[in-house]
Amino acid sequence: MTDVMPAGERRQLAPPTVETGVFGWMRKNLFSSWGNGITTIVLIVVVAWILSNFLHWALFTATFDAKSGAECRGHGACWALIREKYRYIFFGSFPYEQHWRPLFAVIAMLAMLILSSDRRMWNKRLIAIWGIGSFITFLLMFGEISISISLILFMALAVGGLGMILRGSIAPPAELNGWRALAGIGAVGLVLRMVGVLPAWGLAIAPFSYVETGLWGGIPVTMILATYGLLFAFPFGILLALGRRSNLPLIKGLCVGFIELIRGVPLISLLIMASVMLPLFLPSGMNIDKFLRAQVAVILFAGAYIAEIIRGGLQSLPKGQFEAADAVGLNYVQKTTLIILPQALRVVIPPLINTFIGFFKDTSLVLIIGIFDFLNTANQALVDPNWAGFPGEVYLFAAFVYFCFCYSMSRYSKYLEIELNKGTRR
Amino acid sequence: MAASAQPKQDLSNAPSVITLKAVNKWYGQFHVLSDINLDVKQGERIVICGPSGSGKSTLIRCINRLEEHQQGDITVHGVTLSNDVKNIEAIRREVGMVFQSFNLFPHLTILDNLTLAPIWVKKMPKKDAEEIAMSLLKRVRIPEQANKYPGQLSGGQQQRVAIARALAMRPKIMLFDEPTSALDPEMVKEVLDVMIELAREGMTMLCVTHEMGFARAVADRVIFMDRGEIVEQDEPEEFFAHPKNERTKTFLGQILHH
Repeated sequence: MTDVMPAGERRQLAPPTVETGVFGWMRKNLFSSWGNGITTIVLIVVVAWILSNFLHWALFTATFDAKSGAECRGHGACWALIREKYRYIFFGSFPYEQHWRPLFAVIAMLAMLILSSDRRMWNKRLIAIWGIGSFITFLLMFGEISISISLILFMALAVGGLGMILRGSIAPPAELNGWRALAGIGAVGLVLRMVGVLPAWGLAIAPFSYVETGLWGGIPVTMILATYGLLFAFPFGILLALGRRSNLPLIKGLCVGFIELIRGVPLISLLIMASVMLPLFLPSGMNIDKFLRAQVAVILFAGAYIAEIIRGGLQSLPKGQFEAADAVGLNYVQKTTLIILPQALRVVIPPLINTFIGFFKDTSLVLIIGIFDFLNTANQALVDPNWAGFPGEVYLFAAFVYFCFCYSMSRYSKYLEIELNKGTRR
Repeated sequence: MAASAQPKQDLSNAPSVITLKAVNKWYGQFHVLSDINLDVKQGERIVICGPSGSGKSTLIRCINRLEEHQQGDITVHGVTLSNDVKNIEAIRREVGMVFQSFNLFPHLTILDNLTLAPIWVKKMPKKDAEEIAMSLLKRVRIPEQANKYPGQLSGGQQQRVAIARALAMRPKIMLFDEPTSALDPEMVKEVLDVMIELAREGMTMLCVTHEMGFARAVADRVIFMDRGEIVEQDEPEEFFAHPKNERTKTFLGQILHH
């Protein structure tokens, strides 16, 4: 049994030969047995049959140019319909000659999203990019933006206060004084405005004609609802998740109650409540824009779902990480922002992006309160009696556009997982 | 053990840095710490041993408030532990801790693991923190790993980084909670060597461990705990040669002859 190998005499073994190349791969994976071979051939035939029929309809006998639906009849796909209606499908009832505005708004949003997707951009620049980008987007969509002095003061108070809370124990004193000054100016200004010392003054920027949200439609609506919905729902969800794990019973109770309440009702009912019931509670004469109400409903709804996903990530962290952060003397905010969240969020990227994709598509539900997002403008395009009878083409087109967005998100999720785990894996 | 016996130090005039008075703690009905009285002098090296479940880890975890005691007083460097967060944070700044499972931050590089607390807690400029971190990494003999992530290091290297991370805060007291128990046997020595070196430099240390060679080499006092009580404490020579309590004898018999 004492079979000691002499030093320096290890047996040199070549690794077992593996079949390589296309034929080797096919023999191994497609034709390894009679049963597998037959299955492969049957499936290839079925796929080829479906594909040839589809191409016959979608390409070879399709009509690309027609005056009306009548010319399409008896042929394959009627792509002329898309050609005729694509501007309505993309931009809805936005004034026709102004369509370049939503187009550039969409480009601005895409640019913001693409810039933010690069990890090297994740710093203070991002806040500037989103501030400027959002301003351009909404200026193009609305045509004019009027900023009242109260709003500016309120923003100063909100931003300053948020800075004081979030950066309270992290920031150097100079920065903290900056936040304090900002919040102070906002608070004092608001009080002065309320007692009437400051006049009701507003800054109006109006380079284009005003277009109300009721006329918005198509891709910009889908993108705004989804992008800003998730942009605000994400930090909101983080706060809810942290609150749900809080030791303070009141905060914990509020967060649990909110999450369970929102998760317990369908998005549609929330939208109807926002649209029908909310005005009943508001004082008469006060009206909140329908689009804004839908946006807030999406934020609340998505926030509750995101909170539960993030809570899963928080729970997956070993207790030792919390203890180590405590032991080196970090306080709660430092521990959460520097140690816990960076790890918890990494874990939940796949389910998080899954939810994002879901909400991107769920925005179509705003139809029931009369907002026309991309799917709903596509649907409207079918109403024209001149072009009746070609729903397949329109839905296929809409599906294709949705797929482009969702598949990019899915690929990005993959990239993010790899990028964020660089070096941390063995 | 490679290290030779420690020259005895006279601690009778040293000030107390940790005082526990009649400390009690329960997990539900289970009495995990029972009337613990302990006085630790500055520069003293204490090894705490005992069977599992005897409360030894809980004891040192109470000192920096990772666990909350329910009765009695714990005073660290003149600060008495209470529910006041400021008190707890003040004590944690003075007390470094090394865990059985290392608990390095896996999403940060080794260097960032070391500089994080000095930068955020002590508001130290980044450059100074990095200089201190590099000198500590040299001291634990792994400066070349500074830009790697914890997952790329062996267990022994990770534990040495964890020691360096605790030292980066310039603590006055170090707590070790079974620092070598999760290590492969061939890596135990490299971690113990670092700890012995630290002991020689006069650091106040409380160490929960079963490494009796380490206790013989550096400890001023060995404490044996069982069922939540301090059963026996003595200088290492006396403790190992002439244990007085039956439970101590049984325990030593189990870990020394097997």
